[in-house]
Amino acid sequence: MTFIGNKSDLKVVGTRPVRPDGVEKVTGRAAFGADMAMPGMLVGKIKRSPHAHARILSIDTDKALALPGVKAVVTATDFPDIASEEAFVGEGPMNFRDLSRNCMARDKALYEGHAVAAVAATSSAIADAALDLIEVHYEVLPHVIDVEAAMAPGAPLLHDDLFTQNTEPAPAKPSNIAKRVHFRLGDIAAGFREAEVVVDGRFTTQPVHQAYIEPHACIASVGADGQSQLWGSSQGQFMVRAYCAKLLGMEISNLRVIPAEIGGGFGGKTVVYLEPLALALSRKSGRPVKMVMTREEVFRASGPTSGGVVEVKIGARKDGTITAAQAVLKFQAGAFPGSPVQPACMCAFATYDLKNVDVTGYDVVSNRPKVAAYRAPGAPIAAFAVESAMDDLARKLGMDPIALREKNAAKAGTKTAYGPVFPEIGYQQTLAAARNHPHYKAPLGPNQGRGVATGFWFNIGGESSAAVYVNEDGSVNVVSGSPDIGGSRASMAMMAAEVLGIPVEHVRPIVADTASVGFTHMTGGSRVTYATGMATVQAAEKVVEQLKQRAAMIWDIPPDAVEWKDGEAVPAGANAGGFDPLPLAAIALKAGKTGGPIGAEVSLNAQGAGPGFGAHICDVEVDRETGYVKILRYTAVQDVGRAIHPGYVEGQIQGGATQGIGWALNEEYVYDAKGRMDNAGFLDYRVPVASDLPMIDAVLVEVPNTRHPFGVRGVGEVPIVPPTAAVGNAIRDALGIRMHHLPMSPPKVRAAVDTGSG
Amino acid sequence: MSKHHVTTTVNGEPAEFLCEPHHSLLDALRDELKLTGSKEGCGSGDCGACSVIVDGRLVCSCLMLAVEADGHAIETIEGLAQGEVLHPLQRKFLEHAALQCGFCTPGLLVAAKALLDRNPDPTETEARYWLAGNLCRCTGYDKVIRAVLDAAAEMRGE
Repeated sequence: MTFIGNKSDLKVVGTRPVRPDGVEKVTGRAAFGADMAMPGMLVGKIKRSPHAHARILSIDTDKALALPGVKAVVTATDFPDIASEEAFVGEGPMNFRDLSRNCMARDKALYEGHAVAAVAATSSAIADAALDLIEVHYEVLPHVIDVEAAMAPGAPLLHDDLFTQNTEPAPAKPSNIAKRVHFRLGDIAAGFREAEVVVDGRFTTQPVHQAYIEPHACIASVGADGQSQLWGSSQGQFMVRAYCAKLLGMEISNLRVIPAEIGGGFGGKTVVYLEPLALALSRKSGRPVKMVMTREEVFRASGPTSGGVVEVKIGARKDGTITAAQAVLKFQAGAFPGSPVQPACMCAFATYDLKNVDVTGYDVVSNRPKVAAYRAPGAPIAAFAVESAMDDLARKLGMDPIALREKNAAKAGTKTAYGPVFPEIGYQQTLAAARNHPHYKAPLGPNQGRGVATGFWFNIGGESSAAVYVNEDGSVNVVSGSPDIGGSRASMAMMAAEVLGIPVEHVRPIVADTASVGFTHMTGGSRVTYATGMATVQAAEKVVEQLKQRAAMIWDIPPDAVEWKDGEAVPAGANAGGFDPLPLAAIALKAGKTGGPIGAEVSLNAQGAGPGFGAHICDVEVDRETGYVKILRYTAVQDVGRAIHPGYVEGQIQGGATQGIGWALNEEYVYDAKGRMDNAGFLDYRVPVASDLPMIDAVLVEVPNTRHPFGVRGVGEVPIVPPTAAVGNAIRDALGIRMHHLPMSPPKVRAAVDTGSG
Repeated sequence: MSKHHVTTTVNGEPAEFLCEPHHSLLDALRDELKLTGSKEGCGSGDCGACSVIVDGRLVCSCLMLAVEADGHAIETIEGLAQGEVLHPLQRKFLEHAALQCGFCTPGLLVAAKALLDRNPDPTETEARYWLAGNLCRCTGYDKVIRAVLDAAAEMRGE
């Protein structure tokens, strides 16, 4: 199907129907990860390391196993010690060996909360008692939490076989620096020589958790012949299947993963934690095993994303033309390599059309939980530094901050520092919409300030499968392999309805298990509406072809003499014959007599995802006595390609902006001197609540991505990129002080007011 | 350890269950009565996903012992709709796209009902402060607040 350029030709796309899974969710019937139970089910729980870094000398499980009601105990010895091998089913880089050792510590515990054993028992209380009876002897080792401390010579080493990749010459000694990445365009030294104005700064951010409200949960049931089922919430049932099969040495066809409703993920559910342990416990006990994390476990042992240090330097001519842009990014990866420093380096200056760029990144391990993807992984950290520096540059040049960005804006044909040349993109249109928004001209009061920042995310396509089946009465089911994390079933149904020409209420979508639909890469990278949507559209088109053939058969005319229009087959012209239109339902009724069931499945690897850009305007009021920053007004403008369901696109933007505001103002991991997390709960890890926020004005700019039939771009990740700097720039405007460290929490803002520097 | 026998009213109907003395009301609702609409997001009263109404008062069911429910009337998300007819709050949440993942939605709806039960005409600020105990990580609260205010207006007959 070719791109539909004229929006007025669309009847369903762009409307706001009630989502098909909505009623279940407002009545409490939707079944999330922890809502399932199976007969004979055991309760699984995890014994975790109390130490940030320790050698495991021995684990004695005898007393636990002797406790009545305990049915199985597993440790690392129950899993194959698999070799280093890169996996390609997750959102970021993943090594199967690291994943295995993150799910269950082998030899060493690398962070507080690292799993060292797991039990399955007939009740929660017995499982708790069994955990206390497992005796683990540790040799406590020196630990390191801070990223730059971990990079320093003589730092405690997490892995004695970790040698920095991509450095010349190759290092002779192991270190905590897993990888160096470097992107270069033009001649950075010449660019700075050409500059008339230079700004620079050193910015730090803290790890923040995805903080989905639903803790990880699953039930595993392993049969005596090895055939197994796993029911649980994740961002990808096929990802769970691939990881678990590898970690347990199972044949993939023996593992059927059934997706539950997922209570938020934001990237944090793109990996496995409980699932391999539940399967191992079920295999050993011969009974189904249910495991649910506590909130404390979620904080200590899953997610978060990296904290980092970013040094940035930008040079420009007096007219605002940027001549050189340089950054060094140091990201803590947690206990195993795999921070999002590479995408952060790629995104750092991607909003700008630059001749000379130099970006270096370091992926650094330390004694913290292994990081997981979090919405536009890495990009918000880079943007905090770059967009703060851009604000400083605008001030130094005496330019309007939006005008400075417009002067240097990336556009179609811009060559990025990481390689590709941008296709048609909507950054300039987004900036113009921000500049023309009434918010940008509204007056401010005392102690108030306004900040602007922008952001970029690639968006991806990838492997997806979807099927469209016409039922006997003409209603339609759409089956896909993409977990629905924020309304994607609605967009699948809408796209299928658009192609078929029928009301969306006649199309009912489901998310299928791994044995019921073709392989589908997980929900991440803002790919589902684009790639799974493309599979859905193509499957619906195949169904339309079948419907035309069936009509031709009923009318006894050639198939190419039939057209499909508004959900009906009609003769293509006067020459085709005089037949009354055949509605979809009438054709469906005769399917058995015209060749059998009507339906099609499409599996594809979608290319051509369109990058997304956002521009945010934030007003704050700062209380100079307490350091409290109140968000007064927030406007988020974004190029969304074309919104399939505008309500849920706005929701993505409002939610992403809010997560970014939390990252800016309050959220952080706090550690004690022994490397133990001090704030592993929602009371002390402060995510935004309703009273913290104003309405978030989401402004949709539609520059269609012509490589998708309906012009879709991914929309979910861009909105978390600008907020940290938008808030920081607003505080700068209010106080005259540049804040360099996240979160900009009341004590830090108060200290900045007192000392005059942030 | 012997279990306690608890007799309550849940969503207007008599309900009985057995529980351990340390079980929370949330445990009893989910595990004994199989009412899994109330969710556990934190187990410490910080997220509001387990919100229920006990004798007209909004509580986090994870912070109330199951035995304390004896003789009291409990309203959960499962009782909000009247048969096939959704409560105006439920309908407005759907119309406003006020949910994404839907995990916090039951708690938000129960808390919003408790708000409108005592204040049928809340201001935006009142709604925001009342719902400040219900964490939602998906929506940024914008559409949630609009849905609550819109439902309130409809219920007032405006």
